[in-house]
Amino acid sequence: MKKSIFLIAVFSVFPLVMQATDHLFYVSFASRVMIYAIAATSLNLALGYGGMISFGHAAFVGTGAYVAAICVAEGVTSAWLGWPAAIAVSALAAWLIGAVSLRTRGVYFIMITLAFAQMTFYLVNSMKAYGGDEGLTLPQRASLGFDLGNELAFYYVVLFLLAATIFLLYKLINSRFGRVVNAIRENETRAAAIGLPVFRYQLACFVIAGAAAGLAGALLANHGKYVNPNVLHWAQSGTLMIMVILGGVGRLWGGAIGAAVLLGLEHLIADYPIAWLAALAPNYQQHANLGVGAVLLAIVLFAPQGIAGLLSRKRNAAA
Amino acid sequence: MLRLEAISKRFGGVVATDAVSLEVAQGEVHALIGPNGAGKTTLIGQISGSLSPDEGEILFENRKITRLRQHARVAAGLARSYQITSIFRSFTVLDNLALAVQARSGSSFSFWKPVAEETALFGEARAIGDEIGLSSKLDSTAGNLSHGEQRALEVGLALATRPRLVLLDEPMAGMGPEESQRMIALISRIRSRVTVLLVEHDMDAVFRLADRISVLVAGRIIATDLPEKIKANQQVRQAYLGDEVAA
Amino acid sequence: MLFLLAAGLTLVFGIMDMINLAHGSLYMLGAFLASTFVALTGSFTAGVLLAIPATAVLGMALEVSVLRTLYARDHLSQVLATFALILILNEVVRLVWGSDAALPMPAALSGPVELFPGLRYPAYRLLIIGVGLFIALLLYVLVTKTRVGMLVRAGASNREMALAMGVNIKLLFTLVFGAGAALCAVAGALLAPLFAVQVGMGENILILAFVVIVIGGIGSIRGALVGALVVGVVDTIGRAFLPLAFGLVFQPRVASAAGPAIASVSIYLLMAVILYFKPKGLFPARG
Repeated sequence: MKKSIFLIAVFSVFPLVMQATDHLFYVSFASRVMIYAIAATSLNLALGYGGMISFGHAAFVGTGAYVAAICVAEGVTSAWLGWPAAIAVSALAAWLIGAVSLRTRGVYFIMITLAFAQMTFYLVNSMKAYGGDEGLTLPQRASLGFDLGNELAFYYVVLFLLAATIFLLYKLINSRFGRVVNAIRENETRAAAIGLPVFRYQLACFVIAGAAAGLAGALLANHGKYVNPNVLHWAQSGTLMIMVILGGVGRLWGGAIGAAVLLGLEHLIADYPIAWLAALAPNYQQHANLGVGAVLLAIVLFAPQGIAGLLSRKRNAAA
Repeated sequence: MLRLEAISKRFGGVVATDAVSLEVAQGEVHALIGPNGAGKTTLIGQISGSLSPDEGEILFENRKITRLRQHARVAAGLARSYQITSIFRSFTVLDNLALAVQARSGSSFSFWKPVAEETALFGEARAIGDEIGLSSKLDSTAGNLSHGEQRALEVGLALATRPRLVLLDEPMAGMGPEESQRMIALISRIRSRVTVLLVEHDMDAVFRLADRISVLVAGRIIATDLPEKIKANQQVRQAYLGDEVAA
Repeated sequence: MLFLLAAGLTLVFGIMDMINLAHGSLYMLGAFLASTFVALTGSFTAGVLLAIPATAVLGMALEVSVLRTLYARDHLSQVLATFALILILNEVVRLVWGSDAALPMPAALSGPVELFPGLRYPAYRLLIIGVGLFIALLLYVLVTKTRVGMLVRAGASNREMALAMGVNIKLLFTLVFGAGAALCAVAGALLAPLFAVQVGMGENILILAFVVIVIGGIGSIRGALVGALVVGVVDTIGRAFLPLAFGLVFQPRVASAAGPAIASVSIYLLMAVILYFKPKGLFPARG
């Protein structure tokens, strides 16, 4: 708990420092990281705690993004209307997709969630009215009653929402629901045998994860003032998964850590050339994915608990 | 209390359960014995609801449960334990039992209140832990228990749902003599509260505990009777018991 | 062609119980290798034929080094690790070849062939169909009539038993993987002149291949064939007729917008419907 308060303090002061030192870009970057943290955390709920390997999570992020974008595009500029709408529609999508997909298990589940994600991708791609494959630009960010175009204001809103998400997740995993979800992940047969209606709980978990993803999507659309169908592509689902496993599957801060590390690394590689690496391979910055892939592979093979897992192991070893 | 009427089940070309009719009276310990592959676990699966019979009806307390889903049967008071230990290995023993108690007591669509605060839940879990003889191991991780302790927890999980009829599928599987004695004692303790359908290979236990015995061979019941009569039954001896089992 | 990829994929998953997302990358490698060999040898046939063993070898190398450790792991780890491989292989290809390569259609086959009076069909596509059928036949014979095939089928339906019976699993797995890679190479090389040879071509077709094996049932080659046919037919019909059908029912503006969307979605819809009623596909190899 103390750690969390410390972190929040740091993050609250951070943008003020950035503004003072004229590095406003980092505030915007940090907002983006936090938005992805929300998305990755939502996936962590479904995947890490719920054990549901959904390769279609990007569909929920994308749905939220598009709903939020369409609201603004159609003149509904109040975030109080647009963002809950995004959450609701994503939750509905998760409910529909989950109701069908959760009847399957294992690889069939993975494939069917992937397929549904692709379906939404193609559907959105063909919506010419909202940009089709060129995407949709927002004239402005939605408004909460105060202007969110101000980077600092937006940052604090996102920070608050991220803190709220993680706090709610914390409450959830310690609640009855959390226990049941954990148990189902661990031994589904026995969970049913002690009288738990497994499908209902899995679906609920899936829907909650989808709703949170929708929120992340809405924030994403507003952050860049732009959406395009790529946000629904399965490669995005893959990216979210990388964040989750990088940060730590089934760990409270896993999504957040993963998002921070992945996006941070991407930024570093793109903007800060390393001289000796450039001497070896002049175009190395364009091949950043190679590094990402290698790191991911290494983690899966050698450190499946992710970074959060490594940290907690060190702490336990030292204690 | 439990009645099976001409239950049949086929897997492809194999007839696993062949027109089985069985009755378990309230309060009794009814043993189900038979050679390996006779279809005992398949039958248990159909009674508990994880498998669906192709034909026949299952009645529990005079209510048709043939189409009822597994979790609904548990809510109705019908629980089972597994032949191959199936527990929540990363949970502690206490948490395992608490989960089963939680499953029975109210909805788990509760997202806010921490479970740790529900003292009633854990109190009951402790009581069951005592009953199954694991009171000293309540805080151990289930996966770290010895085989015998895990089998006890296996039964405990079924008991925690406060069933009126419990299906025990080879609870003594893989146990040494001392552990078996403890399990026999456990079943003796609970028989006053709960009707038991016991599947077992351990004949010592069967003859000590059972009020009645049914014999399942190749998917069919060839005899249902009092233990002494079963021992003497020629068909049964040929099919299963052999002549080594003395009176 | 979809069948070729699907067959390899279903075998790997059915026998080794491994989800291999990088299967599409092998397809891509096959295409790129073919383009190089064709350029080197100047002959389309030689180029394609060389690419097959080359890809198979690469595939087996991959299996022995990295993929072996994944057999024992859970599906999530496999998904993530092979996804990592996609990223790595994509970049490696980009480093070696650049973002795309050229593999032109051989001149001899680029014209149409007259099948029946009045019915002309592109010769190249005929070749593809022909090769596809031939390989399907070959696989059928191999799997049902030979000892190796029997081992493969046994492994697909019950791996533990096959292991217990002393089958040299490691070698079998490597060979199966190599065979899958070879199939990918054939598909990649042959399809290259029709579609572009570019980095990322594997992913698009990979999803379709997965849809095929999920519909057909994992581990079953027959399922892969049926699935590929079904998918191909539904896709074609969907694209051709759904917009028309929509046009009949709805106003033109709605139809022209929704029609193509629904068409491309039709395959996924089909898979969803099939899985709803048969959660293990149409012909699951395992009971």
